Amino acid sequence: MGKYVLRRLMVAIPTFIGITVLVFFLAYLAPGSPLEMLFMDSNADAQVMADMEARLGLDQPVYVQYFRWVGQLFQGNLGTSYRTGLPVWDMVGERIGPTLLITLASLFLSVLIAIPLGVMSAYKPYSGWDYFSSGLSFIGAATPNFFAGLVFIYLFSVKINIFPSSGMYDSAGAHTFADLVHHMVLPTFVLSIQQIGSLIRQTRGSVLEVLQDDYIRTARAKGCLESRVLFRHALRNALSPVITRIGTMIPFLVGGAVVTEQLFSWPGLGSLMVLSINSRDYPVIMGITVVIAVAVLIGNLIIDLIYSVLDPRIRFSK
Amino acid sequence: MKKEKGIRGSYLQDVKERFFHHKLAVFALFFLAVEILAVIFLPMILSLDPYSIDVMAFGRGPSDKHLMGTDDVGRDMFARIVYGGRVSLTVGIISAIISLIVGIPLGLLAGYFRGKWEIIVMRLADIFMSFPSMILILVLASVLGQSIVTITVVIGVLGWPEFARLIYASTLSVREKEYVESAKAIGTKTRGIIVRYIVPNASAPVIIAFTFRTAQAIITESSLSFLGLGVQPPAASWGNILYYAQSISVLANKPWMWVPAGIILIITVLCINFLGDGIRDALDTKMSV
Repeated sequence: MGKYVLRRLMVAIPTFIGITVLVFFLAYLAPGSPLEMLFMDSNADAQVMADMEARLGLDQPVYVQYFRWVGQLFQGNLGTSYRTGLPVWDMVGERIGPTLLITLASLFLSVLIAIPLGVMSAYKPYSGWDYFSSGLSFIGAATPNFFAGLVFIYLFSVKINIFPSSGMYDSAGAHTFADLVHHMVLPTFVLSIQQIGSLIRQTRGSVLEVLQDDYIRTARAKGCLESRVLFRHALRNALSPVITRIGTMIPFLVGGAVVTEQLFSWPGLGSLMVLSINSRDYPVIMGITVVIAVAVLIGNLIIDLIYSVLDPRIRFSK
Repeated sequence: MKKEKGIRGSYLQDVKERFFHHKLAVFALFFLAVEILAVIFLPMILSLDPYSIDVMAFGRGPSDKHLMGTDDVGRDMFARIVYGGRVSLTVGIISAIISLIVGIPLGLLAGYFRGKWEIIVMRLADIFMSFPSMILILVLASVLGQSIVTITVVIGVLGWPEFARLIYASTLSVREKEYVESAKAIGTKTRGIIVRYIVPNASAPVIIAFTFRTAQAIITESSLSFLGLGVQPPAASWGNILYYAQSISVLANKPWMWVPAGIILIITVLCINFLGDGIRDALDTKMSV
């Protein structure tokens, strides 16, 4: 087990290094030098500019700048925002919680809705129930977040005003948990729709395959209850590809969070990303990308762990 | 030679039969064909103009003059949806082709030559697949400038790992086969082996993946444009038509400005997915994308 985790870590570390290189060089290639961004007026004293350049290390070769940046990264220093002048970490740090909240809630909701629907579909294929949930999954997978969001806001915020369409809390009231949940309902649902679609199909497919296996017939023959056959024997064996699919969902969830947060004015990393791109605030863009990289890598490690718990063959293979 | 052709014909016959058995896929193919013809030829037939501004109609509902109403700038919505379709479909298809062109050689490199290529290419594929491509696309598009061309290229290039993996897997399974060995023995060049044996073997999963990649690219483009970070107005795309619906007054009171573009977008993506499913059934490969 420990060996397995170690091996997965060995994959995660180069991935992280790759991403830092990519992010750094993208920002390096971006139009507009940091100096121009810091000194908005073009009449700034040349001497002052040269001093600043030396102080920021911008006169060094690019690979030196990269190692400097990574060095600071490990000390928790992500630089200073061009737009606000605040430390990037302060701006990014307070946005992590809200993004984790809706992405995790959405992951949970997707699993909660999609797996039972997929299992029931596979149990009675080509029944009315199957057509219903397959139809749902096709439409879900084809509906972009933003359009689902617009429709939900139109229905539930404009027509019948039961859910708020923006922010995390009512601006006036105290920040209660109930208020938070009330604000979370729409963005979480919207973020889940595409994932639910793809997860229903995956679950249906793999349960359908497992149900043909001999041990299912054995379980039935020895008199197991159907529900036990379905959820204990079939689902557990069908779960591996489903967990893999959940793993591949994580990047899409994070990408979808950008659109969803922007639409619902949710104060997370995604809406900060859009704001920073619009104002070409590269230190913040780089900071968010690195934070997301770390989060995604941790997410993948957790998925790997779940995978190895579910399927002992993985743990013990070389 | 003649006999071989006959066998091939019957295989294609089978494929065709299975495809036309899939009713939804047939409908999807028909719908997409009509849609593609419509976005190409309607502007010429009806002399549509998505840019001209009707100063008598800012944000008006459907009327005789403007079949689907106008947007807040006074541009004809029907013309914008047709032109938007041109842009969205083109970005989707071209970027999927780019993914194919980048992914296939890399997959071949990794699968056929193995060694360090295998490690480098497949590790890179892992990295690209585990990181949210939406974030990279956003950053790249902002660095390179947000035009239709850069959006297409960025979405296309970042879609390579899927194709590389498919070709890689297929190459691994084929390269040890006896017929490849015999081809080598009679002196077939590497290029010949790749073109004659390896690529055809992978074509079924690649065609299927291509349809799903196109659908995904259309969704990505429209999401970017919806955020105002993709195709820039005055050019129209299905995503940037919906940009204006972020204003609550448009959303609540002017449904003609956002509902049709959204519906056509969903139906198009749905049809491409059905088409992919139909092809999968027809080619009878066990593959999930």
